[in-house]
Amino acid sequence: MAANANTNTNTSVKTKVNIKPRKVPALIDRPMSFCPGCGHGIIIRLIAECLEELGQDDNVIFGIGVGCSSLLGGGLETDRLHCSHGRAGAVCTAIKRVNPDNVVISYQGDGDAYSIGIGETTSAAYRNERFTTFVVNNTNYGMTGGQMSNTTMPGQKTTTSPDGRDCTTTGMPLRFPELVASQFDAAAYVARGSVSTPANINKTKTYIKKALEAQLSGEGYSVVEILSSCPTNWGMTAPDAMKHLDQAVTPHFPLGEFKTRANEQREVK
Amino acid sequence: MSKVLTKPQRCKQCGLCVAVCPKKAISFSSEINTAGYLFTVIDDEACIACGICYTTCPDGVYEIPGTK
Repeated sequence: MAANANTNTNTSVKTKVNIKPRKVPALIDRPMSFCPGCGHGIIIRLIAECLEELGQDDNVIFGIGVGCSSLLGGGLETDRLHCSHGRAGAVCTAIKRVNPDNVVISYQGDGDAYSIGIGETTSAAYRNERFTTFVVNNTNYGMTGGQMSNTTMPGQKTTTSPDGRDCTTTGMPLRFPELVASQFDAAAYVARGSVSTPANINKTKTYIKKALEAQLSGEGYSVVEILSSCPTNWGMTAPDAMKHLDQAVTPHFPLGEFKTRANEQREVK
Repeated sequence: MSKVLTKPQRCKQCGLCVAVCPKKAISFSSEINTAGYLFTVIDDEACIACGICYTTCPDGVYEIPGTK
C-alpha cells in the first residue's frame, strides 16, 4: 500500500501540467445502440460538444433521418422529431420557420439525405433555409444491410452491387457539398470532414462549430458532410475500416471547406 | 484518482482507442461486460491523459477528469 501511495505521488508530481477535463456532454451521455466502431457515436458527440460550447444545448431541436441515424432517438436527451424517410430537410424547414430562435439540426445519413431525400435536401439548400444539415456518409445503406447508395464508390462491392458498382449504368457518386457550394450562392457554410483519425475528428469539430455559428447568426443554410466508416457492412474491423476510410474513400470525397462564412475573419477568437 | 475514468459497461470492443493510443496504454480485459464484450483497461502508469481515447471512442466510455 505504502509503495503504491508513493508511486502515485511521484506520478502526480511528474505530470504537474494542466490537463483539460473532457467529459461526454449530458445531451448524449447514454448508451447508444450503434454497431461497434461506428462513426455515428463520434459525430453526435462532436455536435453535442459544439452545442454545449455555444450554450445552445437546451435550445436545440433535431430532425432525425431514417437509417442508422434513427438510433440516435434512443440516446439523445433533447427535443427531436423522427422524420419520414428522407424528409428531414422539409421537416426542419418548418421547425426553423416556426421556431426561429431555436437551433435546428437535421441529422441524416447518405441514404436518407442523398438518395430517397435528395429532393428535400437540395430544395432546403436551394431556398437557403436557416438550419444546419449534418450528413453522415458511409457510402452504403448501413441499417438495411449494406446496399448501394448514391455515394457508393466506383467498384465498391455492396449487397446490391456484388461485382462492384458499375458507374456506366448507376452513375457516379454524388458530392453534395460541392453541389451546394457551386450552385447555391446564398448558402452560408459548406464543408466535408471525416472521423478517420483523431486529427480529422478535431478538424471536423471546427467545421461543425462554424456551421452552427453560421446558423446562430442567421447567415443561411449550412451543411457539413462527415465521412464515416461502416465496419459491419464493409466487412472489416473498426481500425481497418478507419484506415480504409482514409485510403480508399477520402480520395473520392475531398475534405475541407467549400464555402466559408462571409464574416468569419472578424469572429475568429 | 486515475487519469482516465472509464465506463466499462458501454465498451463494445471496437478497438479504435487501442489502435490510436500514443502510449499503447490501453488493452482489453479478460472479463466480459454485461453486453458480452471484452472491455478496455487503462495502464495508469503509461497513460499521459492526452485524451485521444476520449476523442476516438464512439460510445462515450472515457472521461478525462483533468486538473483543476
